[in-house]
This record gives sequence, structure tokens and C-alpha cells, in this order.
Amino acid sequence: MPASCDIAFTLNGVKRELNVPAGMSALEMLRDKLGLTGTKYGCGEGECGACTILVDGRSMNSCLLFAADCDGRELVTIEGVATTPRGERLRDAFVANGAVQCGFCTPGLMVQASNLIERQPGAGEAEIRRGIEGNLCRCTGYRKIIDAIASAAGAAGAPAKEGSHGRG
Amino acid sequence: MGAVDGKPGPDPKPENRGLTPPVPTLIGKRIPKLDAPDKASGKTRYIHDLEVPGALHARILRSTQVHARIVSIDTSAAKALPGVHAVITAADVPWQRPIGVAKDHLPLKTDRVRSLRDEVAAVAADTEEIAEAALKLIRVQYEPLPVVATPDQALAPGAPLIHPEPHGADASSPQLKSAGAPVAFAGKPDNIAMTFEYAQGDVAKGEAESDFVVEDVFKLHYVTHCCMGVSGVIAEFDPNGNLLLYSNTQVPFLHKREFAELLGIDPARIRIIQPPIGGGFGSKLDIYPFEPIVIFLAKITRRPVKMVFTREEEFLASPTRQPVLLKLRSGCRKDGTLTFRTVETVHDNGAYTSWGATTPFVMMQTISSLYRVPHCKYLTRAVYTNNPYAGSFRGYGNLQATFAVEAHMDKLAEAVGMDGLAFRLRNAQEPGEVTPQGMHFKSCGFKDCLSTAAARSDFLQKQAENRARWKDANPVKRGVGIASMLHVGGGAKIYPSDGCGTILKIDDFAHVTLMTGASEIGQGSETVLSQLVCEELGLPLSAVTVVNNDTDITPWDVGVHASRTTFIAGNSAIGAARKAKAKILSAAAAKTGLAEDALDLRGGCIVRKDTGEKLFELGKFLRGLHFSDRAELVMTTFYYEPPSKHQDKEFRGDVSAAYAWATQVCEIEVDTQTGIVRLLKVTGAHDVGRVLNRLGIEGQIEGGIVMGQGYALTEDLMVEGGVVKNPNFRDYKLVTAPEIPEMDVTFIETMDGEGPQGAKGVGEAPAICIAAAVANAIYNATGTRIYALPFTPENVYRALHGAAKAPAWSAAG
Repeated sequence: MPASCDIAFTLNGVKRELNVPAGMSALEMLRDKLGLTGTKYGCGEGECGACTILVDGRSMNSCLLFAADCDGRELVTIEGVATTPRGERLRDAFVANGAVQCGFCTPGLMVQASNLIERQPGAGEAEIRRGIEGNLCRCTGYRKIIDAIASAAGAAGAPAKEGSHGRG
Repeated sequence: MGAVDGKPGPDPKPENRGLTPPVPTLIGKRIPKLDAPDKASGKTRYIHDLEVPGALHARILRSTQVHARIVSIDTSAAKALPGVHAVITAADVPWQRPIGVAKDHLPLKTDRVRSLRDEVAAVAADTEEIAEAALKLIRVQYEPLPVVATPDQALAPGAPLIHPEPHGADASSPQLKSAGAPVAFAGKPDNIAMTFEYAQGDVAKGEAESDFVVEDVFKLHYVTHCCMGVSGVIAEFDPNGNLLLYSNTQVPFLHKREFAELLGIDPARIRIIQPPIGGGFGSKLDIYPFEPIVIFLAKITRRPVKMVFTREEEFLASPTRQPVLLKLRSGCRKDGTLTFRTVETVHDNGAYTSWGATTPFVMMQTISSLYRVPHCKYLTRAVYTNNPYAGSFRGYGNLQATFAVEAHMDKLAEAVGMDGLAFRLRNAQEPGEVTPQGMHFKSCGFKDCLSTAAARSDFLQKQAENRARWKDANPVKRGVGIASMLHVGGGAKIYPSDGCGTILKIDDFAHVTLMTGASEIGQGSETVLSQLVCEELGLPLSAVTVVNNDTDITPWDVGVHASRTTFIAGNSAIGAARKAKAKILSAAAAKTGLAEDALDLRGGCIVRKDTGEKLFELGKFLRGLHFSDRAELVMTTFYYEPPSKHQDKEFRGDVSAAYAWATQVCEIEVDTQTGIVRLLKVTGAHDVGRVLNRLGIEGQIEGGIVMGQGYALTEDLMVEGGVVKNPNFRDYKLVTAPEIPEMDVTFIETMDGEGPQGAKGVGEAPAICIAAAVANAIYNATGTRIYALPFTPENVYRALHGAAKAPAWSAAG
């Protein structure tokens, strides 16, 4: 059996202690050991963003992060983001703007967007597009996701982009 | 007609004429998807998220050889690994039967492997890690066979055969009880999997009447669906041998039958539950070997068994879009009237036959009926190779056919000296046309689509300006291109039935449960069906729950494909709602002494139709009906079968109850020094019949445009010698957010007479024209026409600098 190690970290505001195999990814730990299935496996190699979580306030692909390296860190998953005021605002904006279709990429995008709005409160079209560049979506064509994030960013106090059906 | 985006058209509700205030309507509004809050909160449980207690985890050992004889398989070490419950090969399931469209594909391979994805053995173990470790302990000896890497090689005289001999079930196996289903595939002596031939008129006559004739060869590449949720399945048998399958299938009722045949059991003993599906796009219309294999493992271990693909496996072992080599010869008269088309295609079938081989059903519609062409001849041969095999993929051959047809529309227009818009308008179909192939265009907004997209994009002026800049010094050129499409928009009767059933109940509190056969794959069917039901029953959307994912509950539906769900399931849902409404109003009429047609349902109440006066609160009335001497519940059923026809053997017939039309204008920038093509803007005009959910339809169109952009510019599943070279998102380039174009979409509302509230299907349409329009735009920018996709920088650079070979039609063809 592979070596394992004891880790302690904060997950969505709650302190956790866990024994994890050395080769386990943070994604596997969240999904398989902790039952937090909102974080998705899309590719397992950091290319699609479906597994995006926040680690010490930065968005990361949890498939590329070893569980063991979560020791001492603060993790926030979609389950955590969804219960914050910003997360609720984003959720409402995703819903109202039609940014969700099959929904598989959505949790990763929600986390990415939450991070984006926190870091760049006045983010405009170009910043938003660049900010979600690492998150693949096969259904929506991204337009409505960009609109949703712009609308949530606007609701946060920054100037909003015009119209939910804005083009370009 | 011609309602402009964002502005709802006139309210056609007859009851609104002369009424103030008008009856509120949900039609045409921006209705958020009902399941979106769960999905955006990470609460939706996809198949990957389901844990069935006691489930084992399966992994599949795939071939390491592209084409080889299997000499021996030694599973003893794998079986001995602690935690392994079963290791199976074809020898363990002598009763397995061939699957797929041509029943030429055994889930577990017997004597040979024919492609790199081929399933050789499978393991069920306590954990995925143990199953993976067990795979590494299986020893397979292969004897390599010559690889057939292209259709050319497959058609060459003396080519190795992919299916030289019969293979399949051991018919003597006691498990093969049910007669009728094929137990073995007979083999093919010539590597030709399927042939499709269609003809109308006399192409020789058409050519003799032509003043201009063009002929070109087009090469359409491999791309794949890339659903964000990878494939997965969970199978479980109960002690009586009934099978419960958690599946992502798009066709649950067809698959019940197929799995039953495969297992030799009564289809009634199979229940399919579809958890929310992480993307479909046509990829889940066929059975793939992993599903039977997981069922075999569940049967053998008597445990639930779950399998989920890795992304690499998804690239290697899920279907592709059909790669096509297409030769098109077209002609027209001096006045711009089309005279004939002759089309020959070779479809690279891959090693097995799935829906990709049958894309001619759609391709020949575009060839024969997008524009009026009196004389047509069409031939497709789908040819076995050792490559990945193609399935159905949004657009279903139409991207390929449209790519060729729209290139020739431009070339012929130029030859005649007409502009591309006028040339298309001259040949465009109109309402009422019955084409030689038998398609009847009862509603047809094609000319509106052409004029609207051209006007809104300023197409003609930009085209002239761009062309004038061919020779100027700036290496970055601009181009604009136009292309149009025709696609089924009212279902597609490719099976004897194209129907959908609905069961509707309204409970004592006026809450509606809509049980529909229609599957939800993210396209928003649950929302639009709720909308249509609420529109009939005068209820808010919050009054509906949709049950759409359990074959034990939901009535039959042919599946989510062919852009059919809004049209077919919508009409079915409306039918059930109207029956419920009639029942309620009849009871209310009896109670009030008013005529039934003097009553209506609005705002959760039974009202007087003329004044809107509230007579009963609906829930209270229903309780009264229930707890009375009549003791009635309101429960209705409806089955909608569209008035379309199964095509005859000559491929003639009005296969859809309605047809969708669209024109898209693409504006691009080409850097001639790097070959980089940027898609700047897409102006689309779509005949959608009527907009039901504006938010939903915009989402379908925008997503389709960007999928079309990927097909045109970035996506390329590189297959060399049967090996997929780029099975990952790093090397298979999907479009990302910074690259999407500006999108200006206009909906042409033709109010189809058969459509639900006038609507037609739209799911596939937006992806279809983009590559064709981009090709025309590249020509407009540079004067160079490129006949092969994709327009990656390398391919475009080569073409612009004379270093690309135009696709050639081979001698083998």
C-alpha cells in the first residue's frame, strides 16, 4: 500500500484532520473521502477547470494538487462558495442569465468567478473572459457565463456591463 | 414574421384580442432553467457522484495494438490480486451479442482487435485503484495484422479485411433464449460497411443544361464531443434477475430493448434511470462496449458495478464526428439557376459501425433540398478501417454537407457574376415547396433568414471592401462569409415511431407532475415543457415538477436527438395539459352552469374567459372534485406522434413534421503571416418557428455557434495509423472564453402550424453553418479557398503560401 500522511486543514471554514494516501489528489480527497461532489473531475490534468477550488484564497485545479499538500491550508469548494453572499449573488446571476446548461462545468466556473470578483471587483468584459480562460464549457458558448459574472460583479458595486444579452 | 431579437412579437393569443389587461403569457419570455440553481450550487448529482452501497468498480483493458490477432490472454495474476472480484474476457461471456447500428461489434473482443480502443478484458474490484492494478497484471499476446489506416487503403485491391469472418455469440449457449436478435456478425468481404444511394432527375441532363460547372473535393476531419462529464454507468441486478441501470443514455427506451437483446432477457425487466447528464450532443445515442461489459460484471459478481471513464479514455473510446471525403460537382445556368449536383462521399467508418455511417440520411437532404436543384445524384460508401468509429454528433453530417454545398454556392455565384446573396435568394426554398426528395416545407423562413443576416451584417458591402484589399500591403486581412442550412425541426422519423408520451397529474393543491419520456441533457427541455404546460393550465412555473429520467415511470419516447424534444415532447405535453384543462373546465361548467368554452384557467384560478372574473381557486376546486361524490383526480395521458413519414427505400419521404432554416454570416481576420484566423462576429438569422424560452434558445444558438467555431478553427482529433495522437484537452483545443465571437442573433418567427405554440427544433442548427461560412470568409479575405478542415494556423498558413495539397479523390474511390 502507498504511504499515507496525516494532514490538518480548514475546509469551507471547518477544521479537518485526515489521513490521506501520498498519491491522492485534493480532488479525490474532496470527492471520495469527504463526499463533497460539487467539485468535478473533468480531465485530471489541469486543462478544464471543472475541479476549481480556492486554496488560501487562490483558485486552483484540485486535480493537480496533492491532498497531502493541503496540510495547513484553507480550502473552499463550491459547497463553501455557494453559501457566501458573493456565491449566492453569482448563483442567482448564473441562473438569471442562462449561464447553466448541462451544468458540469458550472461549479468550477462559480468558484473561478467568485475568486475573480474578489480580486478584481470592477472586472470588465476582457478581464472576465481572461479570468475564466482556464474553464472549459461545451454547452453555452461562454457568452451567458460572461454576462452572469459581469452582472454579479456589477451587483457587487462595480459598474455593470450593459444588458444581459450584450453582444461581444 | 421577422420579430427582432429582444422584442417579443405580437401576441397571437386569440383570447387577448380586445382584452385589457391581456392574459399573461410565458411564451417568448426569458425563463431561467429550472435545474440551474442546483447545478450552480454544486448540488446536482451526476453519475460520477452516485455511490451505490456495495458497488464494485470496473476498469477495462484496451488493446495496445491497432489491428492484431489475439493469441492468448492470461488473467490469472489479475484474478489473484486481493480485492479483485472478477476478471472477464470474451471467453467468460460466450453469450454476448454484437451491438451497434450494424451489429458488428462485440463488447469484449474474441479473436482479434480492430482498433486501439478495443476492449480485451475487464476487471471488477473493491476500488478503482485495485481494478487499475489488476489490469496491469493481465498478459495479452498479440499477433499484429497490417493496419488499414485510411479508406483508400481499405478499398485497395487485396486490402486486409477488417471483418473477414463471422464473429459473435456461441449460438449453442443456453443463455441465448430469445430468437430474432442477431447472435453473430456475418463479416464483410469488401470493407464496405454501408452504402447509401439517392437520385432525383437526371444529372447528365442537368449538366448538359448548365452554363457553369464546378467540381471539388472536400476533406472533413475528426472531431469529438468532449462532453464535460465523462462517460459512466452503474449496473445492478436484483435477486430476480431484473436489471437496474444508471445510465447517461440519450435513448433510454431504445436501449432497454437493446440491452434486453444483448442479455437475452425480457426488456420489461430492465429499468433505466438517467441521472443528470454532463453533456450529450449526440454522443449517447448508441450503446458502447463499456455498458454491456459493466452489465456482464454485475451479472457475474452479483454486485452493483460502477464504471466512469478517464478523460483520456473518453477521447479514445467515445465516438467522433464522421470524417468524410466528399466530391461535389455542381452546375448552374447563366441566370443563376442551379441545374444539378453530383455527390460522392467516402465515410471513414472506423472499425465498427455506429450512427456516423448513417449521416447520409441528413447529408442528402442538404444536397437535394436546401436549395432547389432539379437533378441530384448522391452516393456514400462507409468504409471499414482500423480507426476510431464515428457516432452521431450535433448536426449529424450536415456540417460536412453544408461545408461543400455552400462553397459551391459561392463559386457558382462568382462564375455567373452574381453576388452570393442574390445567387442564394434565387435558388432558396420557399414555403409550400415539396422537394423531389419528398420534404414538404410547410413553414419556411429561409429567404427571411438570408436577407436578415445579410442586412444586419452589412454583408455585401463588407464583402466588396474586403475583396478590394486582397492586394494591399497589410498582411492581416478581413473576410466575411455567408452560409445557410436546412435541418429537421419537427422530429425525424427514422424509426417507425417518432413519438413521445406524457403522463400528467394535478394534485389536490394544484401542483402538476409532468412525467415525460423526453430526456434532459442540459438543453432545457424540462423548463420549456413546464412552460408549455403552465401556459395551457394558467399556472406559474413553480407549480410544476418534471419527472423525466426513469423508464419505470415515464412513457415511451424515441430519444433526445434530431433537435426533436421541444417539438415532439412539447406537443405531447400540451396534449396532456389540454386534456386536463378540458376535464377541469367540464367539471366547472357543470358546477356553474356556464358553458365550458366560457371558462378558462388563469393565475391558478378558474375564471370567466371574457371578463377574467375569478370563479374558483384551482386547488380548492380540485379538492372539491376529489372529496365529492364524483371522487375524481385529474390525471391525463397523451401520446404525440408527428405527422411525418418514414422514408422509403429510395430515401424519399417527408421525414420531419417541420424544417428549420438558418443563415449565418461570419466575419473573420486572417493573419497571412501566421495563418491565425480569428472569428470576430457571427450574425445569425434562425427560423425557429417561434421563440418559446428566449433565454434557452439564445443559449442553444450561442453554444452551437461556438461549437461550430471549434469545428472550423481549433478542434482536430489527430488520428495517424489508427492512433489518436492528442487524447487530452492540452492538445485537443476547445474554444475558450477569450476567443468567442460577437454574436448577433435574430429569430425569424414563422409560427409553424404543427409546432408547439408555433415552435420548431433548433438544437443542432447553430453549429451547422459556421465552418462553411468561415471557409467563404477566408476566401473573401485572401482569395484562397481551402477545401479541408480544420482552419488551424498551420493548415491556413500552408494553404496561403502554396504549401498545401488540395484534397484528392483517390483511385480507390
